[in-house]
Amino acid sequence: MEVNVKAKESTNKEQTRSGADVLIQSLKKQGVDIIFGYPGGAVLPIYDALYKNPIRHVLARHEQGAIHAAEGYARVSGKTGVVIATSGPGATNLVTGIADAMLDSLPLVVFTGQVASSVIGTDAFQEADIIGITQPITKHNYQVKNVEDLPRIVKEAFYIASTGRPGPVLVDIPKDISTQMFLSVTDENEGIHLPGYQPTKNPNYLQIQKAIKVISNSKKPLILGGAGILTAKATRELKEFVERHQIPITNTLLGLGGIDGDHPLFLGMAGMHGTYTANTAICDCDVLINIGARFDDRLTGNLAHFAPNAKVVHIDIDPAEIGKNVPTAVPIVADAKEALRELLDQSFDSPDTVDWLTSLNVNKKEYALRYKADKEKGILPQQAVELIHRLTNGDAVVTTDVGQHQMWTAQYYRFNNPHNWVTSGGLGTMGFGFPAAIGAQLAKPHERVVAVVGDAGFQMTLQELSLLQEFRLPVKVVILNNQSLGMVRQWQQTFYEERYSQSLVHVQPDFVKLAQAYEIQGYKVETMEEAEKVFAEAFSTNEPALIDCRVVQLENVYPMVAPGKGLNEMIGVRGE
Amino acid sequence: MKRIITTTVINQSGVLNRVTGLLMKRQFNIESISVGHTEQPGMSKMTFVVNVEDERKIEQLLKQLQKQIDVIKVNDITDKAMVMRELALVKVATIPAVRSEIYSIVEPFRATVIDMSKSATTFQVTGDPEKIEAFIDLMKPYGIKELTRTGVSAFVRENQKVPTNHVSIL
Repeated sequence: MEVNVKAKESTNKEQTRSGADVLIQSLKKQGVDIIFGYPGGAVLPIYDALYKNPIRHVLARHEQGAIHAAEGYARVSGKTGVVIATSGPGATNLVTGIADAMLDSLPLVVFTGQVASSVIGTDAFQEADIIGITQPITKHNYQVKNVEDLPRIVKEAFYIASTGRPGPVLVDIPKDISTQMFLSVTDENEGIHLPGYQPTKNPNYLQIQKAIKVISNSKKPLILGGAGILTAKATRELKEFVERHQIPITNTLLGLGGIDGDHPLFLGMAGMHGTYTANTAICDCDVLINIGARFDDRLTGNLAHFAPNAKVVHIDIDPAEIGKNVPTAVPIVADAKEALRELLDQSFDSPDTVDWLTSLNVNKKEYALRYKADKEKGILPQQAVELIHRLTNGDAVVTTDVGQHQMWTAQYYRFNNPHNWVTSGGLGTMGFGFPAAIGAQLAKPHERVVAVVGDAGFQMTLQELSLLQEFRLPVKVVILNNQSLGMVRQWQQTFYEERYSQSLVHVQPDFVKLAQAYEIQGYKVETMEEAEKVFAEAFSTNEPALIDCRVVQLENVYPMVAPGKGLNEMIGVRGE
Repeated sequence: MKRIITTTVINQSGVLNRVTGLLMKRQFNIESISVGHTEQPGMSKMTFVVNVEDERKIEQLLKQLQKQIDVIKVNDITDKAMVMRELALVKVATIPAVRSEIYSIVEPFRATVIDMSKSATTFQVTGDPEKIEAFIDLMKPYGIKELTRTGVSAFVRENQKVPTNHVSIL
């Protein structure tokens, strides 16, 4: 009897749950501990359910800020970032962040409100076809048609976002679905059934054998480490493999941190603004072992000159990346960690790389990254990045936008630890770095987080300074202020005969006053002496700070592979 | 080169859009596409003909299609023994003077008359695309008033040992 009564009670309780209630409960089941979002009409029921059954919610000041924060959170924590926005403009404001997460393989689950099912397709108030809009920029997306499907869809969304090659999944929830009573009796704990989605984790044994043969017989092997190593949490295995077989390694932009920035076998970053040593190594190597990188055009330069003498071994969890841009001799579809483990488990003869390493070390010394500091001219951005490196011992979480400051940070902030580098690589999104730093700080509250941003990119999302104020997040915002759209200006100087069309920004806000308006300590520095003092002070507190660091306006990022050129045709190799 | 791709997809709203959107995003040209239910409930089959430059592009297309969550199976059946059919409706001007001449052409194609008026006849012709092309070419001189084609539908033959050559157009 007692059992019966209990059963009845629980059914009654179940009957009082709305779709929105079920959504929040499903999020809790997924272990979601933070949501980045912005309420609005179509998500009122969801925010009401959140009010009654709270999960920590960070109210960004613009949906773009919310989603970049979620990306920063996902990048450093490895967990799935969760975003909620309303229909129409709320949803469309997320588009840049969704595309950014897609290209940089970040796990996000994005919930958007939608107008009620009965008026979808009638151009209702705040209606936008977000499913159609985001189809090409999501790993998958769903529109919830029946409230009973909600728990399953949420489960699938998290599974798809976080497994295989991670990416953003969008779930569009019409308002009536949120308010409807949830009457389903299906088991919410049922497993996931996705016959069309079965990512391969373990490498094929025969392919591993082939790879071993190719590597063993090589004289000039080179590893190209991408973000896949970080996603797979395979940095320990990578280090062991690199050291055991004495194979030099270079990183992609997003792969930085996969190996210690000061490791003797590390050649620096490769690509358009990579080191001379890394790029020429790619041109000279006889075996190129790509682990978790996708041969992006900013890495490869002109494909005709890319690794012309190399047999390519490509380990990637996404089979579509293998052979997409570069012909591959040994394709290995696998998780980077599993593949590296398999390679470590097999004992095989290390290639003899003594001569190869000797010549690379000569290059490393001869063609080290360099700049010409000049007290009279002011602070060079490279100096500022080195100063940050010194003050944080290379241990900080560093975020950037896209452009010159990003490249200088990639070149001069040598990361000691993985998962500390948060940058917009594939999409190259201005305005990404600062909100991403907020998400990163929320994910790692006890670590030093530095947002290195340009003066232009920062002004795209600076409204999120409110969050630093509100949560007293000790993020240090360093604006490398050259009063220009630096990379655009550099290209105009180099390829458009110094016609600086719309790239010099003479009017700016007073960033110190702006910081003060948000009750944040603001500083402005114009000389290295000031910088040394101010940075040290700002970095010593556990409070947010903003530093307007005035840098030499016409400084360029070197070395450089001009667009359309091969990696063997670098300019500015000696820093001018 | 022309490739014939079949995909089995979960019959979900928007799945056709996903597949065609993907082809557009990756700059593939669809020559024809046909979709319909299969013997399995909830599953649909798409057959499409695409024009690609080289092997690498086709490999990339197959892999990208396979990545779609709603796509269960992808096959490039171009080089396999297969059955392939398309249906076309062709409305031809058939003035009495040439009517019997036209009929004598139509007969070997086993095309059927499905509508008729004083001056025009609508034929239904089925077969592989080459046969349909041939039929259309033969009808052209008489004046084609309207033409519509379903696109190719295909699957592989049960017996793959004997490769068939599509020599005959009939």
